[in-house]
Amino acid sequence: MVAQNLFFYAFAAMIVFSAIRVVTTHNVVHAALYLVAVLAGVGAQYILLAAEFVAATQVLVYIGAVVVLFLFGIMLTRTRIGRDQDLTHRNWPMGAATALLLLGVMAYALFDEFGWSRTALPADSRLGGVNGSNTATVSDAIFGQYLVPFEVISVLLLAALVGAIVLARKE
Amino acid sequence: MDDLLLNQFLLLGAVLFCIGVYGALARRNAVLVLMSIELILNSVNINLVAFGAMQGNPAGAVFALFIIAIAAAEVGVGLAIVLLIYRNRKSVDLDDMAEMKG
Repeated sequence: MVAQNLFFYAFAAMIVFSAIRVVTTHNVVHAALYLVAVLAGVGAQYILLAAEFVAATQVLVYIGAVVVLFLFGIMLTRTRIGRDQDLTHRNWPMGAATALLLLGVMAYALFDEFGWSRTALPADSRLGGVNGSNTATVSDAIFGQYLVPFEVISVLLLAALVGAIVLARKE
Repeated sequence: MDDLLLNQFLLLGAVLFCIGVYGALARRNAVLVLMSIELILNSVNINLVAFGAMQGNPAGAVFALFIIAIAAAEVGVGLAIVLLIYRNRKSVDLDDMAEMKG
């Protein structure tokens, strides 16, 4: 468990540092690349939580597709590729104060509810699947209990695809 | 200090959420605001997967997968809208879009 804690804190530090760089850097392309580090770190946390299928989907969908989409967006909107001082609003201290206040409220609520010692994760957080993998359990849940939401998501994705093409198409 | 605590993951999610909120409030470029919204969605996913692992319930992972799909749809439509705004106004600066201001 000590190794898991080391793993957690190393990747948590990477996530927080990269996320702060995403919202503070003066270069749009750097922001997209720091976003890759955040998404990879979150994927590593999923591995730690024994959700390996979610981790694989995170890498495929987020790092593989969403970041590429962002880079295309940066390119097509001809945002200045180099340094740009105007990316942050001049009222950013208000945004920082709001975020810190929100963090204070949420941290208080979390400590109030869960404390330090009461809710440890199960030492073996596997969900009890086949051959030490819980992908089978997750797929059984998707195609059993959650089949209708899954189909709704499929239709939503199709609608979003058609909508994006209609919006971005040149007349 | 030896066991993984649920609160570790929830606090990481809270920190990531607040960084995303700051980015959505303080950035002027529409593409960067969309990136901050991705940070917020990821923080929620960490929470869902952590609760699922605590309860030994696959629902957490299933909902995280649904949110990943929704986020992909959201970013596709969002970037199409940003592209349309750029085509009409030659700028993606959110401060320039003030027609609704009284």
